Amino acid sequence: MAGELSFEKPLSELRNKIDELKRFGQEKGIDFTDEINRLEQRYAQLEQELYSELTPAQKMHLARHHQRPTSLDFIQTVFTDFLEVHGDRLFADDLAIVGGLAKLNGIPVTVIGHQRGKDTKDNIARFFGSPHPEGFRKALRLMQQADKFKRPIITFIDTKGAYPGNTAEERGQSEAIARNLREMATFGVPIICVVIGEGGSGGALALGVGNRVLMLENAIYSVISPNGAASILWKDASKADQAAEAMKITAKDLKDFGIVEEIIPEPRGGAHRNLEQQADSIKDALWRHLQELSAMTPDALVEDRYMKFRKIGIYASAAASSGEAGKDEEQLTEPIETAPL
Amino acid sequence: MFKDLFHKKKYATVPSERPKRDIPEGLMNKCAKCGNIQYSKELEKNLKVCSSCGHHFRLNAWERIQMIMDDGRLTEFDADMLSEDPLGFPGYADKLEQQKMSSGLKDAVVTGEGEIGGFPVVVAVMSFDFFSGSMGSVVGEKITRAIEQAHEKQLPVIIFSTSGGARMQESILSLMQMAKTSAALAKFQGAGGLFISVMTDPTMGGVTASFASLGDYNLAEPGALVGFAGRIVIEQTIRQKLPDNFQTAEFNMQHGQLDMVVHRKEMKSVLTKLLDMHMVKEVVPHGG
Repeated sequence: MAGELSFEKPLSELRNKIDELKRFGQEKGIDFTDEINRLEQRYAQLEQELYSELTPAQKMHLARHHQRPTSLDFIQTVFTDFLEVHGDRLFADDLAIVGGLAKLNGIPVTVIGHQRGKDTKDNIARFFGSPHPEGFRKALRLMQQADKFKRPIITFIDTKGAYPGNTAEERGQSEAIARNLREMATFGVPIICVVIGEGGSGGALALGVGNRVLMLENAIYSVISPNGAASILWKDASKADQAAEAMKITAKDLKDFGIVEEIIPEPRGGAHRNLEQQADSIKDALWRHLQELSAMTPDALVEDRYMKFRKIGIYASAAASSGEAGKDEEQLTEPIETAPL
Repeated sequence: MFKDLFHKKKYATVPSERPKRDIPEGLMNKCAKCGNIQYSKELEKNLKVCSSCGHHFRLNAWERIQMIMDDGRLTEFDADMLSEDPLGFPGYADKLEQQKMSSGLKDAVVTGEGEIGGFPVVVAVMSFDFFSGSMGSVVGEKITRAIEQAHEKQLPVIIFSTSGGARMQESILSLMQMAKTSAALAKFQGAGGLFISVMTDPTMGGVTASFASLGDYNLAEPGALVGFAGRIVIEQTIRQKLPDNFQTAEFNMQHGQLDMVVHRKEMKSVLTKLLDMHMVKEVVPHGG
């Protein structure tokens, strides 16, 4: 297998063994059909076992796989007529975020995504998919345009996080992210976000305030990369696998928390094993959710999005609240007192 | 021996049982920036600003409330809200207990209603001494509720931020508080509400990248560290030493990220002026 991960070794070893046996049989003219069938069966079983119970750390490695399809791969397979547009009109064109117009089943939409590079040179040009403020501002410009022309917005989330650089700070990295969070809450068009690889921190969320947040089966989404968490908590970035377990970063975890509406299944072994199949299932999910959301008025879409995020949070609250504000507050917050689990 | 005269005596260091202090507890205070030692009472009279170099000491939530609210009074909202351990994160529950003990707070923000310069306002005051002011579900929820209260009562909101960022131990839930608080501000500000953000030392990460940067007016105390990514992470990324003033309030103002850097002594009068400017609702008629 090309680009196998360490936990996939047993599979490739078995595959090699089967191939060897076939070759040997042909060369020597011996019939190994029974033996080969037995091994193929064993292979299928092993594959089933391996991929049906991936650990969070294994998913993290799949989400970061160098062959994993990027936003542009999906944009070109899920949509038609993609027209990429550029620039934030303020400073530059940040290649860590791509965006433009495209059609989904014939309907014009605005599509935006974080863009990792395909090779080292591409990665350097795209800052490994970690945007500067101008990237977030480009995305905002395109979303405002979509709102104006009543086009649905579809975003693909795939970043380790916003770029940690001095020039990013000088140009207002925080403000750019914060503004996107606030403005995304105001648009009267459907917004659907799909976490396709790694959703890291504020840089991911800046494209993530949608009516629906969907997630590929092996994608991850967290407040800080597991490597970052490990180095802060245990002063050891190599404990990323451990942090991945503790931080509840998988699609299933997020669905349990009520943050993700739907998990989009991946082809066996991950999205990179079959781009067309993956694109089809993304397209199918997008279309279903878009049809539901298209039935809503602009005001209802804004309210729906507000309530989605308003509900998120788990805390304990003693019934009695002190001070004059007690009564008002009880009234105001009654429906959200129980946090989603 | 003659040679021994030139040898320094060597002493073994015995770790003391109590944390080392230069001066008796509570009586004197040493400035972290210039090293100036001053009487605690003098320092407090000076609003915890070093009389020698102007360094602004960090304040906890109640110290700031005392300083900024009329008569130091606040009708607190959600005083009993507590953090849970939704992920079962290793060590989180214990750390929460320990933070409550050491800070005397229930979580990293105090919210409520009171008056500043005679103007009724809703305030949220963060405290760095609780879990580095990190934002988890409780901080996000209390700030969102405060904004909603202000919306309902048609009052301005002032948030005094100080935070190391998101609370890692609540992972994705803490990240989502950024979206929640920002969406609440979208509603409030979209309806004409006034939000003044005051960033104090330090305001970093997810707090800066959400509500703290979204003020109609963004203020900061002198010298306050305000930024997104931490200095060490940036230095490792760009492989360069950053200047000393990197991410200070003054640096941020120079780069167009802040409206004003306001000395603690001036803070109340500046806020009062700003509030006053927004109290007149009618547009001045055209003069003839």
